[in-house]
Amino acid sequence: MSGRLPVNLIIGAVLVALVVGVAALSLIWTPHDHAAMTIRNRFQPADGVYWLGTDQLGRDIVSQLMVAARNSMTVALVAVLIGGSIGVMFGLLASALGGWVEDLIMRVADIGFAFPALLFAIMLSAVFGPSLTIAVAAIAFINIPVFARVTRASANQIWMRDYVAAARAAGHGRFAISRDHILPNIAAPVIVQGTIEFAVAILAEAALSYLGLGAQPPSPSWGRMLSEAQTLMFMAPHLAIYPGLCIVIAVLGFSLLGDGLRDITDPRLKRRRA
Amino acid sequence: MALEDPARMAYFLIRRTIGFVLTLLTVSVVVFAVMNVLPGDPALTILGIDASEQALENLRRQLGLNDPVHIRYLNWIGGALQGDFGTSHSFRVPVSELIVERLPMTVSLAISGMVVTIILALVLGVAAAANHGKPGDWGVMFLAQIGIAVPSFWLSILLILLFAVSLQWLPPGGFPGWSDPLGAIRSLILPTAALALVQGAVLARVTRSSALEVMRLDYVRTARASGFSRQRVLWRHVLPNALVPIVTIVGLQFASLVTGTIVIENVFSLPGLGRLIFQSISNRDLPTVQALVMLFAAIVVTVNFIVDVIYVFIDPRLKART
Repeated sequence: MSGRLPVNLIIGAVLVALVVGVAALSLIWTPHDHAAMTIRNRFQPADGVYWLGTDQLGRDIVSQLMVAARNSMTVALVAVLIGGSIGVMFGLLASALGGWVEDLIMRVADIGFAFPALLFAIMLSAVFGPSLTIAVAAIAFINIPVFARVTRASANQIWMRDYVAAARAAGHGRFAISRDHILPNIAAPVIVQGTIEFAVAILAEAALSYLGLGAQPPSPSWGRMLSEAQTLMFMAPHLAIYPGLCIVIAVLGFSLLGDGLRDITDPRLKRRRA
Repeated sequence: MALEDPARMAYFLIRRTIGFVLTLLTVSVVVFAVMNVLPGDPALTILGIDASEQALENLRRQLGLNDPVHIRYLNWIGGALQGDFGTSHSFRVPVSELIVERLPMTVSLAISGMVVTIILALVLGVAAAANHGKPGDWGVMFLAQIGIAVPSFWLSILLILLFAVSLQWLPPGGFPGWSDPLGAIRSLILPTAALALVQGAVLARVTRSSALEVMRLDYVRTARASGFSRQRVLWRHVLPNALVPIVTIVGLQFASLVTGTIVIENVFSLPGLGRLIFQSISNRDLPTVQALVMLFAAIVVTVNFIVDVIYVFIDPRLKART
């Protein structure tokens, strides 16, 4: 590997830059108003005005895909940040206190794995009615045990280092050590996990929105665009293609980026792969 | 080694079984809490804001909502253990009847999906490992990487577009029931493919790396050196020894298979439990949703427990961990 970046890191970074770039661009510019309906222009083919054509209500596809990218990134970011922060906190706590607290936290984390995001979203939607907030909550929730595990496993290794023993000998408390020494040293595996979970979150949001448990109209979402396209499959099959491609590009980008980051930050893995 | 020590084995099994029961109990408390204790009146949720006070009160009494929370939980879990999940509001029949009616659909899809997933993953994974570093290996890895990023519902839509809309070989959705075996199988082909291609992609990667690891071991080289054919060594020596991590991943992936089944049933309008759960959400049928969520979570927990136990039997080295 001698100093060269792994291929998956480069491809991942390019795809992520593309998706995030488009999402950011949609904040200041889209070719058309994404929600503007002109029934006269419905099912327009791709041309110079509508680059990918229009949908059943005459809305511009490209503009919708761009705004949907922004929505998807926002949901993934918020969900992974919330779930990740709580999970890291529990992981640090488990590692710092050890004993029965650690056992309990990890047991509860195991139970958390029994709940796929979809089941959680189903429960919340049945009680409160479906909304994007519920999708975010469900995705954030399943991230908690994932991050708790990664954090605790990495933190337990750092606790055995000499400099931590030195800090303890110098009279620093468990929480101060967790903050000052453990957290900075587990940043790499946590960031790698975060990148991979970002991909999982994009996929989960798309699935929830497709099933009607996520983004509600008129807020565009790749998943919801696909569920609308499915009803028009005989009339306008092309509508079912582009949103799916966007999901694949975004998910592929983040998961390749995560794999690549792991390859360069975990020297043990690097040697095994070479 | 573990098998040679029955006392340790028994200790391990008892520990795991207690853990399994505790997990199920915790899951049931969480499901009950989310569906019942969160702010909001279930009677109001079910009947809507136009309902009269009298109707609300009747429903509250019928649902036992006036009882203290812990009594309601005990009633629910006690009934569930005897197969009584309460009454569905939208269908006006016991929830257990709905479940029995729709279970065969879901089980058919889950089993066919799982079988095809495993065949696909083992064949592709071992083939990739056997051609390590060659174009075949790259091809499988590339497909696996793409497969992980493709949402199963989009793959379903593409399959419907190709095989149902354009070629018109297979139905775009629906299920005629097993009384029409040919029609049933035809209806299951696309859903199974959508489920298995996505799940198989993940598993093929694990199979490949697991097989590669075993192929580096001395006895594999010895077997090759003693003149056994490449194919024989691959299927008789490499694969059985690579199975341990594969079984673990199959267990871990089971949750995503369950989720996948729920999604796929909705894409293809298959009348199974996954479709029922979504109908119940739109019908605001809380008892049915609660029973089905509990059922799905219990299946995931049970399969993980079974995998844990199998794991010990197929990998005696694990003794150290008990």
